[in-house]
Formats: sequence, structure tokens, C-alpha cells
Amino acid sequence: MKELEASQKPEITYIGQTFKGTRIINGQSVETKPMGALEFIFSHRFGTINSGAYTLWGLDDAFVRLGFEYGLTDKLGIGIGRSSTDKTYDGFLRYKIARQSTGARNFPVTITAMGTTNVKTSPSEEENPLITFEDRLSYVAQVMFARKFSTNFSAQITPIFVHRNTVEQSEENNDDIAIGIGGRYKITRSLALSGEYYYRLNPHENTPYYNSIGFGLDIETGGHVFQLLFTNSLGMIERAVVAETDGDFGAGDIHFGFNISRTFQIKKPK
Amino acid sequence: MFILVGLSLFSQAQKYTAESSAVSFFSDGAIEDIAAKNSKSVSILNVTTGDVVFSIPIKDFEFEKSLMKEHFNEKYMETEKFPKATFQGKITGFQNTAVGEQQANAAGKLTMHGVVKDIEVSGTVEFINGKVVMKSKFIVKLADYNIAIPQLLWQNIAEEVETKIEFTYKAQ
Repeated sequence: MKELEASQKPEITYIGQTFKGTRIINGQSVETKPMGALEFIFSHRFGTINSGAYTLWGLDDAFVRLGFEYGLTDKLGIGIGRSSTDKTYDGFLRYKIARQSTGARNFPVTITAMGTTNVKTSPSEEENPLITFEDRLSYVAQVMFARKFSTNFSAQITPIFVHRNTVEQSEENNDDIAIGIGGRYKITRSLALSGEYYYRLNPHENTPYYNSIGFGLDIETGGHVFQLLFTNSLGMIERAVVAETDGDFGAGDIHFGFNISRTFQIKKPK
Repeated sequence: MFILVGLSLFSQAQKYTAESSAVSFFSDGAIEDIAAKNSKSVSILNVTTGDVVFSIPIKDFEFEKSLMKEHFNEKYMETEKFPKATFQGKITGFQNTAVGEQQANAAGKLTMHGVVKDIEVSGTVEFINGKVVMKSKFIVKLADYNIAIPQLLWQNIAEEVETKIEFTYKAQ
């Protein structure tokens, strides 16, 4: 056996599956879909829990995002989505720049970059003819650095930049910068706890908004990942999470929600 | 010194290394069949003594769906902890001068998922143009290797999988 081991060349071992899915809670993770895999992700956020029994602790209000993401290669993914909050369409590209590895090459983190364009279609042209198409656009750029410290524990840090073409200047910035931190801890092979926080570096002095915070439980079954979560953000895209989170977590403005993702293999892997 | 060199030359001549390998398994599941192939294994066979070792890198099993590969590595095999399956044993019942496919038996230790088990399997050995082709087919019970099926996934995988190996060796 020693002879056999001696005859083998040292290999690069890539560390994958840093997170269960492409989302940690509200924000993105370094994960990309493998080539030929299509993910359908169905996200839901309910009203705030502190709205009380009258709304069944928020369950009467439901906001939805439907999204698809496809792996063009193992590193490059493309996705689209539509959120009922603000009737916003989002489209993005995600690229895995580097992978964490050990063995013949040691690299400490997985790095993924992502660019998103959003189109907010609410209010409609009929409701407000003064709003131009350009006014509806916003852009997000982010670079995610994640490390799988052990089989069970992974953490991610995400510098993120949000640009909105048109904002309410008295209390909002056109450009927002934030640092996101997120992590997950696997408690069994199929269950994991996760947490996420976005800290805004340059909030407007009159900002009515809060930093986004979220906690979740990931449940993985055969082809599905269920993420049950609690967060003060109602939006399910980065623009809304970073720049438009209006819930005060401490005051109980907490939304229950979930992300359900299902992966389909469209093309056979090579 | 001379004797030592002579001995090592002698022993070299009897050893064959695998130039190609195919390890595959098939699981007949209730919902979907799962099959995977691996061509990255390494092996050394001593045709005089019958001693054989092989090492199979678990992460190199390729599946029809990438999600199957993810689950296989993360949930079943715990590949980060146990990156390889190995076998160390002896093949008996073949003549290294005979022509054609010969029945042979192998006995030894199979290490997988951190569990070592003594196994005995049958297969064939064939000498062709200075090469040796070894084939075998056997059943692996997941429970024997402490490979637990997660409750949420149980319908997808059978408790026993049929494993096939085929190695082609050439002299070192």
C-alpha cells in the first residue's frame, strides 16, 4: 500500500459544497450550479410576526419571488427572477473565480463574483407616467469570499455595492455599500443552521431603513433544499435587502419566510 | 549490495501496475436507479505472489446527475473525511502461464468510509500480450461500512449496491 501511495502524484483537492444552496438567507452564496443543472427557487416572505393574531402573525401577507438559475459551466451561472415585492424583475450572472483547495495547491477561500440588474415595474406607467424606464433600474455588484472551515462550518464575507438610478434623495443614497457576513453550521447530514447580516457602510443620515439580519434552518431532502427563515427584510433581492430593509429586528418586525429550491439536470454532466 | 540490487530487480519484474481502471456500481432504487463510474483508481498486482492493492478516489465517481454526486460525497461517503476506498489482499487460483480467462478468488481487507472489512470475492484473471486483465463483480452492503442512509433520502438508494471492477495491468 505504501508503494501504491508513493506512486501517486499529489493532487489538488477542491473543497466544495460550502453552502447547501445558492442563498444563505436573503443574500447569495458562493455556490454555483453545476454545468447543465437548472435550479428553480421559490421564495416566500410573510408579514411581520408582531402584526399579531389579526393577520395570523403575518401569514396573511405573502410576498413571493420565483427564480431560475442555470449552470452554463461549473463556474458560470445565469439567472432570472421576479419578485412580487415592488414587482421587480432581476437578472444576473454569477462566476466562480477561485475554489478553496488543499493538497498540491492550497487556497484558503472560494471566491464568486456576481452582477445583477433589476427592473422595478411598480408603480406602473398608467399609475405614474413620469417614471422612465431608467428610473426603474438598479444594479448590484458583489464579490463573495467563503471558507469551509470544517465539514460542518462555513462562513462567508461579501462586499456588496448597490446602485439605484432613482431614489428619494432626502433619505436614500443612489449608491450603497455594505459588508455581508454569513455562515452555516451543519447539525446533521441533512440539517443546517444559518445566519446572515448586512452592515451598511454609508447609510443616509435620514435613513428610515435598517441593516438586514436573518436566521434560518436548512433542510435538504433528495432533490430539494428547504430553508425556513426569520428576517427583518421583506425583499428577496439584494437591492431590497441591503438598501430597503424596513423592519426593526429588535422591535419584532420579523418576517417568517422560506426558500425552496429544486434542481433539475437538463444536460448530462461530462 | 549486489544481492540487494538483484533482489529488487527480481521483485520489480513481477509487479504490474494498472494502466487503466474501471470501477462502477449500480443501485436499484425504488424511485430512481443510481449508477456511477470511476476511472481514476490505481493498483499494483504482483503476479507471482498474487498480492494486490488498489486505491479508489471516492470523489471521482461520476453520476448521471450532479446532485447525485454531491449527495454521494457529502451524505453517504463523507468524502472529505474518507477520501479513498482501498483493498489489500491476495488473488489465488490463477496460473501466470495459462492462456485465456481464468477463474480466481481474491481475499483481503476492503477499507471504505473508515471501516475495514475482510472480504472474499471471485472474478477472472487473463494474461494477454504481456498485460493482465482482472475483473470482478460483488455486492457491497452499505450497512457493513456504516454508510447510513439519511431518513429523508431513503427511497432513493438500495441498501446493497452491485460493484464491478475491471483493471488492466502492464509490467512495471
